[in-house]
Order: sequence, then structure tokens, then C-alpha cells
Amino acid sequence: MNPRRKKRLLITSSLVVGLSLTLGLVLFALQQNIDLFYTPTEIIKGKNETGVKPEIGQRLRVGGMVVPGTVKRDPTSLKVSFDLIDNGGGIVTVFFNGILPDLFREGQGIVAQGELINATQINAFEVLAKHDEEYMPPEVADALKGMDHLKNNNNR
Amino acid sequence: MLAEIGQFALAVACMLSLLQTVYPLYGIYARQQTAIESAKILTVLQFVFVLLSFLILSYLFLVNDFTVTYIATNSNSALPWYYRLSAVWGAHEGSLLLWVFLLSLWSTAVALMSKRLPIESIARVLAVLGLLSLGFYLFVLLTSNPFLRTLPYFPVDGRDLNPLLQDIGLVVHPPMLYMGYVGFSVAFAFAIAALLEGRLDSAWAKWSRPWTMAAWVFLTLGIALGSWWAYSELGWGGWWFWDPVENASFMPWIAGTALIHSLAVSEKRGVFKSWTVLLAISAFSLSLLGTFLVRSGVLVSVHAFASDPARGLFILGFLILVIGGSLLLYAVQAAKVKSRGRYRLLSRESLLLSNNIFLIAALIVVLLGTLLPLIHKEIGLGSISIGEPFFNRMFSVLIVPFALFLGVGPLVRWKRQNLSELIKPLGSSLVATIVLTLLFLILFASHFTWLALLGVFLGFWVLTTTCYELYLRATHRFTLFKGLSKLGNSHWAMSLGHAGFAVMVMGITMTQNYSIERDVKLAVGESIAFEHYDFHFDAIQALNGQNYTGSMGIFTVRKDQNLIATMQAEKRIYTVQRMPMTEAAIDAGFTRDLYIAMGEMLPDGAWAVRIYYKPFIRWIWFGPLMMSFAGILMMLDRRYRIKKVEKPLQENC
Repeated sequence: MNPRRKKRLLITSSLVVGLSLTLGLVLFALQQNIDLFYTPTEIIKGKNETGVKPEIGQRLRVGGMVVPGTVKRDPTSLKVSFDLIDNGGGIVTVFFNGILPDLFREGQGIVAQGELINATQINAFEVLAKHDEEYMPPEVADALKGMDHLKNNNNR
Repeated sequence: MLAEIGQFALAVACMLSLLQTVYPLYGIYARQQTAIESAKILTVLQFVFVLLSFLILSYLFLVNDFTVTYIATNSNSALPWYYRLSAVWGAHEGSLLLWVFLLSLWSTAVALMSKRLPIESIARVLAVLGLLSLGFYLFVLLTSNPFLRTLPYFPVDGRDLNPLLQDIGLVVHPPMLYMGYVGFSVAFAFAIAALLEGRLDSAWAKWSRPWTMAAWVFLTLGIALGSWWAYSELGWGGWWFWDPVENASFMPWIAGTALIHSLAVSEKRGVFKSWTVLLAISAFSLSLLGTFLVRSGVLVSVHAFASDPARGLFILGFLILVIGGSLLLYAVQAAKVKSRGRYRLLSRESLLLSNNIFLIAALIVVLLGTLLPLIHKEIGLGSISIGEPFFNRMFSVLIVPFALFLGVGPLVRWKRQNLSELIKPLGSSLVATIVLTLLFLILFASHFTWLALLGVFLGFWVLTTTCYELYLRATHRFTLFKGLSKLGNSHWAMSLGHAGFAVMVMGITMTQNYSIERDVKLAVGESIAFEHYDFHFDAIQALNGQNYTGSMGIFTVRKDQNLIATMQAEKRIYTVQRMPMTEAAIDAGFTRDLYIAMGEMLPDGAWAVRIYYKPFIRWIWFGPLMMSFAGILMMLDRRYRIKKVEKPLQENC
């Protein structure tokens, strides 16, 4: 092979190897870091689209409204638990150890990210309430459609 | 009346941008010198009108004219004047006006500052810029007019600016970021104009290089500012969240970084030309994509702005038109471009190519992580989120070869390099790197982790090779100090930029590996201690600000019994929107930050408090600062300032 072709071959092959390595790595990393979104009803009955229930131990995100009167705090630490509900009527309990966001309130839509510990309980490592009261994640807004949550009360 | 004048000025600017596109191109086609020369005048005129429109909106904000819907929803008479002014770009409509204003500013800068370019080339560049402006003017006028009135019933007072945005960070961050985003339009326009002309030579690379660098500097500063702002304002102590909107600004930055390197090769060696053009198109397309992602509200993000499907659709259409059109043009014309330079496998060209490949790989990772949730949802598989660990893992892999090559690159010659000549510099750099890394970790690391070792090693590797290269270059012909003083600006720029990158990598490594984050329950009088620091909760005070109320926690921090700082962390409730906000207390230092943020008051009167120890976090922003300064140095290089250059050959029209 002449040097020119050799160079081209090297460049092309290193490109191909690099690309496939990257792609493999990306897919591998993705597999472990995709969190599906569920509503409380979907956790109990299975996903609307596919009917698949989440497995125990699976990482997921759940969004719904905080049921008023269910927020329980541990007196000595920052441990807290509360129930989430959506328009399908399912209720799950979320456990969280940490500081709740500023906009966390009873009757407010929130998203929690964590691990399913049994059929209706989630151990959350992150709880998100959006910064703007007007704004709600589209998924949560869908899940709460038709429900009488805090925002509607305010407007009335 | 004023608002109507503002809107009218905007409409006039829109028409002028149409003229700016069509007339000069017609002039080139029909060989009419006056039509070609009109490009500059039209650009300046367009700028005058959009400036007028922008000034009117700012003035209306200053005088609290709440008959304008946009002002009524985003301002309040209790806001301090500087926040009223920055509220101009606090929401969708105004920030688009800012966008198109900056686009016009860049166009005018091109028109006024490129006297040395052949008039025909400038006319083409300005025509392309005019077309982009036209798209954005239409967008503003048709879907998001900031001058709409709420007459006849207008509110007595406004609904206030989002409290999150009431910070000095917001006064500077969006304009900086937008200057960067929009600045890539100049590189884009140069590339498209060169494709239209069918002539890509070193002169083209030379012209567009300082412009691209300017845009890149703004974008770098904008992103760093945004990161610093998130850290000090959001109250989570994080500096990067891999949020879709952050990614939207990061992607053009990566493409831009690849572009400035590739342009350097195109200018010096005349190779990679078609690749450079493609990068210029990508950088600007990604800026547009970023705008689409942020403005259309298709992504779930902490930055969520009020969304409107019509706006999303318009930008999507514009996006397809611009990207599709430019790629089509590229496909037709790029084949004509021939790179004549030859280079061996071991040469600086190859290393810069590998730099580009890794940057593009990083770009693909971010793009995938940002768009996959969108695609996943659209094809009906349910919504997903892609976690931070995905990005972190991918980047910690990609950065290793990237930083290693980055260290070697400047030591390698253009065209060809003997491997044997590299052994000595690389070997001694390696030894120095290992020694420095170990010393650094012994001094500053509380325990050992492999990732910290790797990150600090990579940082020092880039630093030592950079210094060694400077030393070699300086002592090549002169003594060290004389040699250093003879080095050109752009050489210093390269070294400083690379050193800035190293500083940033080390900052990230130390922060990610050695941060201590404690969320605790504290009552007044209690304290918590870790890492030699003792945080004592002294008191809680009531707060009364201009447009907020709240409480302030006062903490005394001691290290081994010595007083370090008194810190005041605030919890504010903004009165108009009834929105709580956390103002963290930060004690900044060269090697560590202490960070206290008030959470919520618990039923028994104690407070939930975040107390963080963040080593070397300042380095994360100091690095980009160095890189930006390097960019400015490079723009000031002598070869971009020489007044008279031999005119490139052209036919006389």
C-alpha cells in the first residue's frame, strides 16, 4: 500500500473503531440511567401504553399531587413521607430523607425520583417541585387533568 | 403611543432585513456596484431601527407602563430600576427581541469592521445575515410581540419578575449567552457566503476566525456565568445539572470549540476546509436548535418558559429551512473544495483532527441525552428522563484521551514529526505530572479515589506539557525571557486557553470527588461539625426587603477554634408572586467554598439546613475565564490588525 492509502485506511478504521466504541458506551450508560415516568395509578395497574408494571427495586420517576394531610415528618431528622395521587385514583407513598423544595406544598403537583421498594412505596432520592407556580411538568399536568388541585383553587 | 412606535420600528427593521437579503444578491447577479454596496447601509439602517425598538421597550419598563402586556406580566413598580431593565429579557418576547437586536449588532459590526474584505464577499455575508434576521423578525412580529397592549383594562401594578431571575447573574448571563449564540451566525454566514461563491481558501478562514473566536468567548463567559448563577442562586449548591436548557447552550459551545481549532488548521495549513464549513453550519444550527428547545417548551426543564405550540412550530420550520438549506448547499458545493495540504499520521493536523473527533463524540452524547427523551415520548413509549450519571460517565471516559492528546498536540510539528524527538519532552512532562499530582493530592485530598487521581493527573498533564512547550519555543532561538517576550499573542492564547481547560478539569474533579454535603435539622444554638469546620446556628432574624419578606439564619463558622466567617443565609418570600426563594450564604475561597442554604422551617421551630463544603469549586469558573481571556488575546494577534493586506484577486465589476 502506498503511504497515502495507508494513512487513509488508518484514519477511517480509527474513526470506525472510535465511533462504535462510543456508541457501545453510550448505549451501556443509557441502559442504566433511563428512568421511566409513572403516575401513581400506573405504578399500581401498569403503564397506560404498555400495561407493564414497574418491578420492585426499579428506578423510576413518579408524578402526582401531594394528598393533603398525608405529610408526616420524623421529629428528630429530616425524614418525611407523603402520599401522591393522580386522576386515575391510585395512591402511592413516597419516603424522602432530605430538604423538600421551596414550592413543596400539600395539594401541589410534584415529581419524585427514586426506587420502588414495594408495590406502592417509593424511596425517593430527589423531590422536585417546579419553580414557577404556573408551570407544571406536562406529565404531571396530564396526570392531574380534571382534578381539583391547588392551582385551580387559587384561581377561583 | 411609544409602544406602537416600537412595534412600527420593528416592522421597518423587518422590511430592511428583507431588502438587505435581496438587493445585494441581485446586485451581485446583475453586476450593479451600487446595489452591492447598499448591503452595508441597509445593515446599519436595520440596526438603527431595531435599536430604537429595543430602547423603547427598555424605557417602557423603566417607567412602569403596565398597559403593555409583556411588562405587566414581567415587572412591578416595586422592582429596583436595574431589575426592571434586565426584566426586558426576563421572558420569552423580550429575550427574542434581544436575540434579533444582537443579531443586528453583529451584522453591523461585520459591515463596519471588515473594510479589508472585497465588497462582494461582505455583501454575500450580510445578505445571509439579513435572511436570518428576517426569520427572527417575522417570529417576533407574528408570534411573540412584546409591544402588545392590554387595553382597555390594564392592571394597576405588574405581576413581578420571576424572583429566581432577580439577581445580578440574570442581568449579565442571558445577553452574554445570546451574544455567543448569535455570534455563531457570523461564522455561519461566512461559511454560507463562501459556499455560494464556491471559493474556500485560507483567506476565508482568516476572515472568519476572529469573529468565531469572539462568539466563542461570549458563549464561554455566558455558560460559566450561568453555572455560577445556578450555584449561588438556586440554593442546591450544584454548578451543572445536565438540564436540557444547559445542554442547549453546551452543544453549540462544543461545536464552536471544534470550529475554532479546525479554523486554525484551515488558516495555517489549508486543510480540513470542508469539515470546517460543516462545523460552522453545525455550531449555528445547534444554537438555533437550542432556541427551539428552550422556547417551544417541548422539554421538561427547570428553565421552563411559558410555551405556545405556534411558536414551537415556527422555530421548527425555520430550523428545518436553515439547516436543511445550508446542508443542501453544502452537499452541492463542498465537492468543489479541495484541500491541497499533505500531512503525515504523526503531525499536529492529525492531533487536531482527533481533538475534533472527541469533541464531536461529546457533542453526540449531549445531543442524544437531550433529544432521546423527546423522541421516546413522541413515538409513544412514555416519558423518560436521562439521569446525570449518564452524562457524567460518558464525559469522564471521553475526557481521558481528549486531555492526553491535548497535552501532546502543541508539542507536535505541523506536517510531520519524528516520534523519537517527542520522547524527551513527553517523558519529562510525565514525570513532572506524576510528582505534581501526588503532591497535590497529599496536600488537598482527604482520602484517595481513582477518579480524583485521574482528573488531577489529566489537569497537570495539560499544564506541564503546556509549560514545557512554552519553554521549548522560547529557548529555541533566544534565552528564556527574551524568547517568551517574542512569542506572539496567538501562541500565548493557545497556552492560556489550554491551561484554563486544565484548571477547570481539576476544579471539577476536586468538587465532584471531595464535596461534603449535609442536609441537617438545626435549631438555634445547635451546631454541626465536619472536615475541621464547626457550623454554629446563632440566630434567626426577620427580613424586610424592597419587594420581599423572609427570615435570615446567622451562622458562625470556626475551623479548629479559629473564626472563619459569619454567614447569613436567607429565605425570602417575594410578596407579589408569593414565591419562596433561597439565598444561600457562601464563603468563597481559593481552595474551598462553604455553602449554607436555609431549607424550610419545621413544625417544631428548628430549620432544615443544607451545609456544604465544596473544595476548589471556584476553579470551575476560573478556568473558563482564562479560556475567554485567551480568546480575546488571540483576536488581538497582530495578523488580524494589519491595516493593508494585498487584495485577493477578483474581477472588476
